[in-house]
Amino acid sequence: MNPADTSTIAALRSRLLARRWFFGDCGVGLAGIAAGALAARESSAAARAPSPLAVKQPHHAPRAKRVVYMFQAGAPSHLELYDWKPALAARDGTLPPASLLEGYRAAFINPNSALLGPKWPFRPYGTSGIEMSEILPHIGGIADDICLVRSMQTDAVNHAPAQILMNTGSQQFGRPSFGAWTLYGLGSEAEDLPGFVVLTSAKGTSGGASNYGSGFLPTAYGGIPLRGSGDPVLYLSNPRGVDRETQRASLDALHQLNDLSLSRFGDPQTAARIQAYELAYRLQESAPELMNLADEPKQALARYGIADPNQPSYARNCLLARRLLERGVRFVQLFHEAWDQHGNLKNGVKQNCVDTEQASAALVSDLKERGLLDDTIVIWGGEFGRTPMVQGGNDGRDHHNRAFSLWLAGGGLKRGHVHGRTDDFGFNVVENPVHVHDLHATLLHLLGFDHLKLTYRSQGRDYRLTDVHGTLVNGILA
Amino acid sequence: MSSPAGTPAPTAGGGLPSSIRLIATSGRAGLAWCAVAWSAAVAAPPVDKVVFNRDIRPILSDHCFACHGPDGGKRQADLRLDDRESALAAGAILPGRPEESGLVARIRSLDPDLVMPPPEAHKPLDAAERDLLVRWIAEGAEYQRHWAYEPPVRPAVPPGMNAIDHLVRSRLERVGLEPAPEADRRTLLRRLSFDLTGLPPTPEEVDAFLADASPDAYGRVVERLLASPHYGERMAIGWLDVVRFADTIGYHSDNPRNVWPYRDWVIRSFNDNVPFDRFTVHQLAGDLVPDATPETRVGSAFNRLLLTTEEGGAQPKDYESRMLTDRVRAVGAVWLGQTTGCAQCHDHKFDPITTRDFYALGAFFADVDERPIGRREDGMVVAPPEDVKKLADLDAALGAAKKAIDAVLPQLDAAQKQWEHDVAAYAVTLPELGPDSKATPDEAKAATQVAAALKKDFAGRNGAEREAVQKYFRTRVSPALFRAEQDAFASAEKARNEFYGGLTKCLVTVRRNEPAVVRILPRGNWMDESGEVMKAAFPSFLPAPTIEGRDPNRLDLARWLVSRENPLTARVVMNRLWKQFFGSGLSRVLDDLGGQGDPPANPELLDWLACEFVDSAWDVKHMVRTIVSSATYRQASTASPEALAADPANRELARQSAWRLDAELVRDTALASCGLLVRTIGGPSAKPYQPEGYWENLNFPTRTYPADTGAQQYRRGLYTWWQRSFLHPSMLAFDAPSREECCAERTRSNIPQQALVLLNDPSYVEAARAFAVRIVKEGGGPPEERIAWAWRQALQRLPRVEELATLLPLYHEQLAAYRADPPAADGLAKAGLASVPDGIDRVELAAWTHVARVLFNLHETITRP
Repeated sequence: MNPADTSTIAALRSRLLARRWFFGDCGVGLAGIAAGALAARESSAAARAPSPLAVKQPHHAPRAKRVVYMFQAGAPSHLELYDWKPALAARDGTLPPASLLEGYRAAFINPNSALLGPKWPFRPYGTSGIEMSEILPHIGGIADDICLVRSMQTDAVNHAPAQILMNTGSQQFGRPSFGAWTLYGLGSEAEDLPGFVVLTSAKGTSGGASNYGSGFLPTAYGGIPLRGSGDPVLYLSNPRGVDRETQRASLDALHQLNDLSLSRFGDPQTAARIQAYELAYRLQESAPELMNLADEPKQALARYGIADPNQPSYARNCLLARRLLERGVRFVQLFHEAWDQHGNLKNGVKQNCVDTEQASAALVSDLKERGLLDDTIVIWGGEFGRTPMVQGGNDGRDHHNRAFSLWLAGGGLKRGHVHGRTDDFGFNVVENPVHVHDLHATLLHLLGFDHLKLTYRSQGRDYRLTDVHGTLVNGILA
Repeated sequence: MSSPAGTPAPTAGGGLPSSIRLIATSGRAGLAWCAVAWSAAVAAPPVDKVVFNRDIRPILSDHCFACHGPDGGKRQADLRLDDRESALAAGAILPGRPEESGLVARIRSLDPDLVMPPPEAHKPLDAAERDLLVRWIAEGAEYQRHWAYEPPVRPAVPPGMNAIDHLVRSRLERVGLEPAPEADRRTLLRRLSFDLTGLPPTPEEVDAFLADASPDAYGRVVERLLASPHYGERMAIGWLDVVRFADTIGYHSDNPRNVWPYRDWVIRSFNDNVPFDRFTVHQLAGDLVPDATPETRVGSAFNRLLLTTEEGGAQPKDYESRMLTDRVRAVGAVWLGQTTGCAQCHDHKFDPITTRDFYALGAFFADVDERPIGRREDGMVVAPPEDVKKLADLDAALGAAKKAIDAVLPQLDAAQKQWEHDVAAYAVTLPELGPDSKATPDEAKAATQVAAALKKDFAGRNGAEREAVQKYFRTRVSPALFRAEQDAFASAEKARNEFYGGLTKCLVTVRRNEPAVVRILPRGNWMDESGEVMKAAFPSFLPAPTIEGRDPNRLDLARWLVSRENPLTARVVMNRLWKQFFGSGLSRVLDDLGGQGDPPANPELLDWLACEFVDSAWDVKHMVRTIVSSATYRQASTASPEALAADPANRELARQSAWRLDAELVRDTALASCGLLVRTIGGPSAKPYQPEGYWENLNFPTRTYPADTGAQQYRRGLYTWWQRSFLHPSMLAFDAPSREECCAERTRSNIPQQALVLLNDPSYVEAARAFAVRIVKEGGGPPEERIAWAWRQALQRLPRVEELATLLPLYHEQLAAYRADPPAADGLAKAGLASVPDGIDRVELAAWTHVARVLFNLHETITRP
């Protein structure tokens, strides 16, 4: 028999069978089937399958349960913002002492370039009196809430490797990001949103998606970018001509068909697939709801300095971060790449402060008012610092990995506190150095983890966020 | 639990009658019998003598070697447990006398200061592990070399048996498991088609297979698929992952580079069944082989696939070191299955690879001509001979024109000099800048620059200024002077560059005469130049040839990798191949066959595959054919709950496995079913639709993504433009790796983004719409018949009654919904670039598009059965 005949006959037989079953034996009309769909959805075996994002308990009682990381990519100048160096101001235009430069390599400049004084005076803020630049009035306003680390150190002097190191604990690509480790360790409480959300403004990062990727961890732990324009999540919108009802009808049919396959073969992957579709469907509603700031009062927008809530901006991302954390999202990371002032130092830094400073501070105070700061970790910082030596004429600074500043706030951290000290030029750390790995170890500690024990086996090795390094920085713990 | 010193009595298996324990461990003679007795008694493997590689090495490696292993730099108490002599000499191990062995005392100690491993290592031993160590010492503490460093031994197989089946069945008998029955033919053909070509079969192919009653029906299907040009495409996917093939450089700007001819070379090599040894040699040393051709040189693009940077401020030394380590890691990942990267900073903690080995391996690549930072060169022209000839002709013509103009240059320059002198002497204003100037703004701007340059003397001008003055003089002051020569040169240059621009190029390996100096970098620190200079050498822990009178080179390295002496390569490659056909490797850790890897459950089988591979002269198709022809491969992947519980990870292969298709194949499947797939093999990478703004964070320069139009839009997934830092989001969602690092094993996740891609990515919406067109035109009349037809196209089977009864109401519901809202139906019809044929009712089409979408989204559709 010709195969085509076989198929035609088989199809016809099936058709007859189906007709008899559907219109005869079955006895249920269309409406009945549609009504049954919801019940079937909720009672299906799939609904009970374990999710990789289920909430998990850490090693010890955590001081914080969520993180918002305001990553200032491009490397902000600690000398203009957080680390006041009167001696540098005094020696503006002179060459640095030779002893300072021994064995030192800069990215672009001849290290033996003139010193460049800070572009703005500093002043003490808050009752703690932390000295910060006069162009940081709002962050100054939360001085008593932050823990400023002036002794950060890193290994890399170029953006891509340094950003990857700061976010994954390694200069090599392919490692999980801090957010992914957090999700892997803690799971997520958000049922209708991803557990790890990424928001970007200004230019993009040099390390690309690896900065928030899952590396060798399961893909489910990677950060999901919420986009400033277009679909907030890639492919979130239904195709043209498909509304939420028609989408639901198709998903119901899909759910039922997958359920039939699940009950027939019992493959747990089918159950996970069904769950993933349901979360995707919920996300189609929850993500636009999240992005829609119409329900935020005017004062809230003003507090963050959001001029137009429909325009993507760093300030809008800060407010979105608060909304995400309120909804149980475990880890929110903002990327603002704009801080690479090889030239145009004065205007560039000033503009960046205009763009980000108020909103960064507003996020901290807003979380505090809502009672969320006590168990949230807030991080503000970039991938390295800048040289005290000038680059170009008199308005630029090169990359510098030996010392930079970063601040933290929230659960388990000291408040109104400064940790670590650099020399008179802000060049070397002279007290309490904090390497990137030490920072990671401490952040994991606050989240309830022994950084030595939060491991994942890949390529025959138990990998950690801190690789083979990391010492707890007790000096910043409350 | 402990036995008297010197008595090699078993200590495990506590609750069993002592007679059985004794039988189970009493010498070789009774083994066959007692295995039977055991499998009758309990469904668990018999308790054999402890085997070091299987039982002990994993424990020592994971718990002890970090401090008492191969890394001399971190060794504690001068004790090493990876070496029998040292362990005995230190008193840690007294063979046959566990109670007197230091190791036993320490692992049993209750004193936190004495117990090993120390509590701060967070690697405590459990009771079973302690027992195994004690038994092993009691039995004589025999060591074995790590299994993967021993030469593979070909196990005896009874004549006429498929070796794979024989070796798998032997294991199954030992552990008391029954093989699953053969899968049905439709499942087999789906499985084979996905595994060998990456495409689903057509219903007609399934019908033909079902109808073929001849005894070699299966074998002929295998041969048909092995001969398909899509076989090479399927095989290439895994290889491109492990060699980290991508269209862009990786770091920072992540700009494009020319490498796609290498991808096609890989596909062609698999299709032509190039022996794997030659395939290897051409990749590492296609420039050095005695019979080097453009083809072998394209293979050598392998050495150029690493990450590079164009970041300003990057330090050459830093990136020289990154490139060296990247290449060593690649050799480790692709051929040796060793995690060499650890040895960049210190001797490996678990495996015998030292820092010296690491940099000595790196020194093999010191002759690769590649600048550490900056834009990559265009690469070698890859073109048919006639184009190569034409380029040579154009180059020659350009050379001649250059010669002609060079001959008159002194006169031209003299004239220019005179003119410059006059301009200066008479304070001439250039006419473009004069009061009556009719110059365009651009001309005036150019003239202003020239005037400024003219104010400086020749020595004071920079290159651009000199060029501007020269150009101005030659084109505007005395354009007629030697016009013919100038025009001839300009047109020869233009013709040459235009033709060259349209040719395909590929980065290849070019050897440089002065190899770079390779030093050991202490702690991997590139700024430390105090380390010893290293020459190329084979890793000291593996057997290697002696090369007399010269230093070994890349070609030697390549030949050594595929030599009989090398115990690793064949195993590593066969283990990866096994994964393609069974879902995971025989050793589960594909990228590490070292001590921290996973000893294969069936080492004889891996050894047999490795030996057969080498003995067949590295015949890849032969190995593929052998694997897919086995009864083991043809088993059903479903199993009873009891069978699943007995071996949840399917280590013993008493069944097949099912898994979600790879990212590329998810796309291919939808495009194949809807008929949009363009089946051309090879060519420049393709840019399928991508959400607007997805590249907005790419800088230096900023870029837009021009999605391809026409046939290039409907290419197979493996041709997708591989942008390392922002891989196409649909590929990323289905776990395609960024290929920044070598990737032997993809993760296989099941996440909501996959649902969003399959539901809403325009590629899939368009595919569903195109499928709907086919359903309406080819699927027959009544809706039931059309659903059955569509189901068969997508899944090569008819729907079950309850499946039909689920889709039918969906169709009617959607039909009613779109009938009430025809503009929505028009909107849905507009997805993608493909046009909708006239004469199809848009409302009906919309309803069928939904049915098609459901079919594309079924878990079964994207599952290799």
